Amino acid sequence: MAKEQLMSYEDAIERFEVVIGLEVHVELNTVSKMFCGCANNFGSEPNTNVCPTCLGLPGSLPAVNRKAVESSIAIGLALDCQIAPNGRFARKNYFYPDLAKNFQTSQFDEPIAFEGEISIELETGEVFMVPIERAHMEEDAGKLTHVGGATGRIQGAEYSLVDYNRAGVPLVEIVTKPIYGALDKAPELAATYVRAIRDIVKSMNVSDAKMERGNVRCDANVSLREKGAEKLGTRTETKNVNSLKSIENTVRYEIQRQAFILAAGGKIIQETRHWHEDRGHTSAGRPKSDADDYRYFPEPDLVPVQPSEEWIEEIRLTLTEKPSDRRKRLQDAWGFADLEFRDVLNSDLLDEIEATVAAGASPQSARKWWTGELARLANAQQLAVQDLPITPEQVASIQKLIDSGELTDRIARDVVAGVLAGEGEPAEVIESRGLKIVTDEGALIAAIDKALASQPDVMEKIRDGKLQAAGAVIGAVMQEMRGQADAARVRELILERAK
Amino acid sequence: MSEITPDLVRHLASLARILVTDQEVEQLAGELGIIVDSVATVTKAVSGDVTATSHPIPMANVYREDVILPSLSQLQALSSAPDSAEGRFKVNAILDED
Amino acid sequence: MTDITSSSAAVLAGLILSKKASSVEITTAFLDRLEKLNPKTNSYLHFNRENSLAQAKRADQQLAEGKTVSPLHGVPIAVKDNLTTTDAPTTAGSKILEGWVPQYDATVVRKLREASMPILGKTNLDEFAMGSSTEFSAYGPSKNPWDLSRIPGGSGGGSSSAIAGHLAPLAIGSDTGGSIRFPAAMTGSVGAKPTYGAVSRYGLIALASSLDQIGPVTNSVLDAAMLQDVIGGHDPHDSTSLPNSLGSMVQSVKEADVKGLRVGVVKQLSSDGFQPGVKACFDDTIEKLAAAGAEIVEVDCPSFEYAVAAYYLILPAEASSNLAKFDSVRFGLRVTPDGNPTIENVMAATREQGFGPEVKRRIILGTYALSSGYYDAYYGSAQKVRTLIQQDLAKAFTQADVLLTPTAPTTAFKIGEKVNDPLAMYLNDIATIPANLAGIPGISVPNGLASEDGLPSGVQILAPAMQDGQMYRVASIVEKLYVDQWGASLIARVPDLEAL
Repeated sequence: MAKEQLMSYEDAIERFEVVIGLEVHVELNTVSKMFCGCANNFGSEPNTNVCPTCLGLPGSLPAVNRKAVESSIAIGLALDCQIAPNGRFARKNYFYPDLAKNFQTSQFDEPIAFEGEISIELETGEVFMVPIERAHMEEDAGKLTHVGGATGRIQGAEYSLVDYNRAGVPLVEIVTKPIYGALDKAPELAATYVRAIRDIVKSMNVSDAKMERGNVRCDANVSLREKGAEKLGTRTETKNVNSLKSIENTVRYEIQRQAFILAAGGKIIQETRHWHEDRGHTSAGRPKSDADDYRYFPEPDLVPVQPSEEWIEEIRLTLTEKPSDRRKRLQDAWGFADLEFRDVLNSDLLDEIEATVAAGASPQSARKWWTGELARLANAQQLAVQDLPITPEQVASIQKLIDSGELTDRIARDVVAGVLAGEGEPAEVIESRGLKIVTDEGALIAAIDKALASQPDVMEKIRDGKLQAAGAVIGAVMQEMRGQADAARVRELILERAK
Repeated sequence: MSEITPDLVRHLASLARILVTDQEVEQLAGELGIIVDSVATVTKAVSGDVTATSHPIPMANVYREDVILPSLSQLQALSSAPDSAEGRFKVNAILDED
Repeated sequence: MTDITSSSAAVLAGLILSKKASSVEITTAFLDRLEKLNPKTNSYLHFNRENSLAQAKRADQQLAEGKTVSPLHGVPIAVKDNLTTTDAPTTAGSKILEGWVPQYDATVVRKLREASMPILGKTNLDEFAMGSSTEFSAYGPSKNPWDLSRIPGGSGGGSSSAIAGHLAPLAIGSDTGGSIRFPAAMTGSVGAKPTYGAVSRYGLIALASSLDQIGPVTNSVLDAAMLQDVIGGHDPHDSTSLPNSLGSMVQSVKEADVKGLRVGVVKQLSSDGFQPGVKACFDDTIEKLAAAGAEIVEVDCPSFEYAVAAYYLILPAEASSNLAKFDSVRFGLRVTPDGNPTIENVMAATREQGFGPEVKRRIILGTYALSSGYYDAYYGSAQKVRTLIQQDLAKAFTQADVLLTPTAPTTAFKIGEKVNDPLAMYLNDIATIPANLAGIPGISVPNGLASEDGLPSGVQILAPAMQDGQMYRVASIVEKLYVDQWGASLIARVPDLEAL
């Protein structure tokens, strides 16, 4: 795929006005699927969470998951949407092997939530109101694996394999209205918006919200128009952009690509595109044609969804604090500088640090552990920090022991290693590995005397005022104690001895 | 005679994923034309303010609790598959990107 | 044992419960008969003697242990081949599902099993229930026991010919525009379509989701009522199933009383367009009811004029979507063209070969009715006609307790007579379609033989939604009026199949 020509970003923004539109699909974390009782599980053996309904067997019928409706209403409320008092499901008809019925049960002109907005804060502190068109309920498709081609992609594949475990998993699709006026911040706004959605659904616990698992997926629409023009330009839709960085890069790339074409007098083809993270560019997929006539009609196998005022209010009461409000509150409470706090957010460790602080550690120590030592260890094992087998409570208890002087920073790292290796709770690791700092002064003095005996001249030097000579003895003692001593206390004892 | 042309029939057949021969296209265009002419009367029957009925017996808010019900086993799921491999349904390669 | 196979299900149930006959005996009698005579009528597409007898044996065992699980315990039944059964193929009369053995039982099939009713086999139908003669079955048409050169009606011609020919004492079918009632009229038997949602559709291979209903096909009204009692009820698998049971139909049949009954005759379905002999039978029914004390009123349902048109837009639209799942991927036929075909090619080739001409016609028509630019004019308008029909019926039911119409415009026509004329075929359902569009219950009861040809005619009784009991009550009254006149039910006059 030949790389297309681009205009420089600055020139593109200078000349054209950018309009973006974002569609985010959120996978709900209900126990069962949207229209049947199969488990909503990640990672099961293929085609083991399937039944006549999600397999699309002849004669099967759907039945709506109440929790999914509840979660959808919650998402709508969190986005300040109106909740439709009467809505129906609709069939979106098209053929594809991952679509068990060759139609998707979705919502067309009667979405459960509509007309909302969300405020997005950019790096500079500038706040942007993103208008929400709608949020509607639908079901996910199965998973296709392409076999035989070079890269596992569709082109050149010999055949494909279909797993319907994911078919029927509940999705909420959130669609923004066209977003104007983002100017050069459009790429950042897009990424920040998606992150905000992710944070909201995660904080409400309606989704696991792991982008790397596809729990939150984004389609990015980009169009350009000459400055001052009335009519919207032709847009492209880049589908399934699955990381925040990729979203930002995709929008930026499309701006540059489209600008080059328009400036040269060409026309933008309205089409679906795909972002290639490895190569840093989008490529054309299928052109949008009349093959996209989805022939929507109300789903005859389901009855209307008419949430009562009471139910909506009940749900509204369960809504948690807005993520942006929570972030402000925590930053203030912990007294973190902006850079430090951004560090925490970028590593997605807010929950872990909050839990560690709640378990008794100081905010700064919690931050240092999670963004420092633990992040380093995770990286070395190619894991996400959140997936390390250590809990915030365990981290807090280790920090407590450091604070009380029972562990040094260095020994604490051994304790962490022990916990990660599955040797048990910090107390158990300390016990079994014998890691406690020796506080018995008798033992320390014995070790000091032993060290002094083999370095007789040190005493002289100390008495002469050359205190740094103690260093050698401290070193020897620390070695004797296998590091399990408070070096500062050892130094004190040595100096006392010298008197 | 209505607007059912052979080209339209081909387009509809393609949307419906049914291969049709030229002869079938001609025949279908004729048959459908007659049918469409007769059913077009419904448009005249309804004035603007009649609402549509999509369900004969009005009902709303029918839900299922969010609990797991027994699934089919992989073996059962694949028992009807014309072709399968690695626990999955096997199909010929796809033409278009999604 | 002619006695057994000519008996009604109610009688057979009585024999079993009083231990005068066993389920095995009765099931064997029907198996013997159907194995011998099915080649003549092509009623059954699949049957398995061993399997049916094993079920009968289990039913007898339960009885021996003192367990009676239903009023029809041990009585065998035939099931239309568009209902899923885990122990028999389910083809929907199509090549695209040839040999498919479902991974689950339809809810009604499960209920039959729980009622210990052995299943005799799967009966023939027009492909995907699209048709009114079974001539569109991929497995050949069924034949009418009254005259083997004629259609037994459709789409459920397999069940109606099985019932009329005594190849089964009971059958269940499906009715989308008349597929139970029309065949009943053609074969002098009883066929009922319950209120939409009274019987679960889970496991019924969908044709038009908002019109389909499952119902009994029998030789008496009591049998039909007993069967509806077994198969009816709420099903959490079917979101359109009524939340509450409609109560016992058998109880309603027992409360049959003509006094004060207001019978409505639908103006639009009582004169033109009906075969004279059929019309005469209908007039006779009305006269009998009047003589028995019923009040006869004429009701006006002007929207009925558009019923067939609306139906032939709604049905193809929903069917085109329902039939999209037949794509060679998870079940059914797969046709792989030569060369290096893509999955799109395989799907298109499979559907081309697997679907018959009527199915293709309706899928394409339905795709058109839903396509952008045409939705409002076609599907959208048709759904509005539905509202008008419901309004007309609501008004009619303030003037009458039940409505009566001839079930069909003609008696059974010859095989081949209408098969190349889709529009003529569609008009067979002119009287039965309104009930499906409105969701109200309807039943066809035999009301004589047409004078021109000596072939059966049927009268249709319609009741308001959820008043299935009312429908069975009046049907039972009508049936009794005729049985009193004839000394036996009409089916007693069906020719001896063995001799044909």
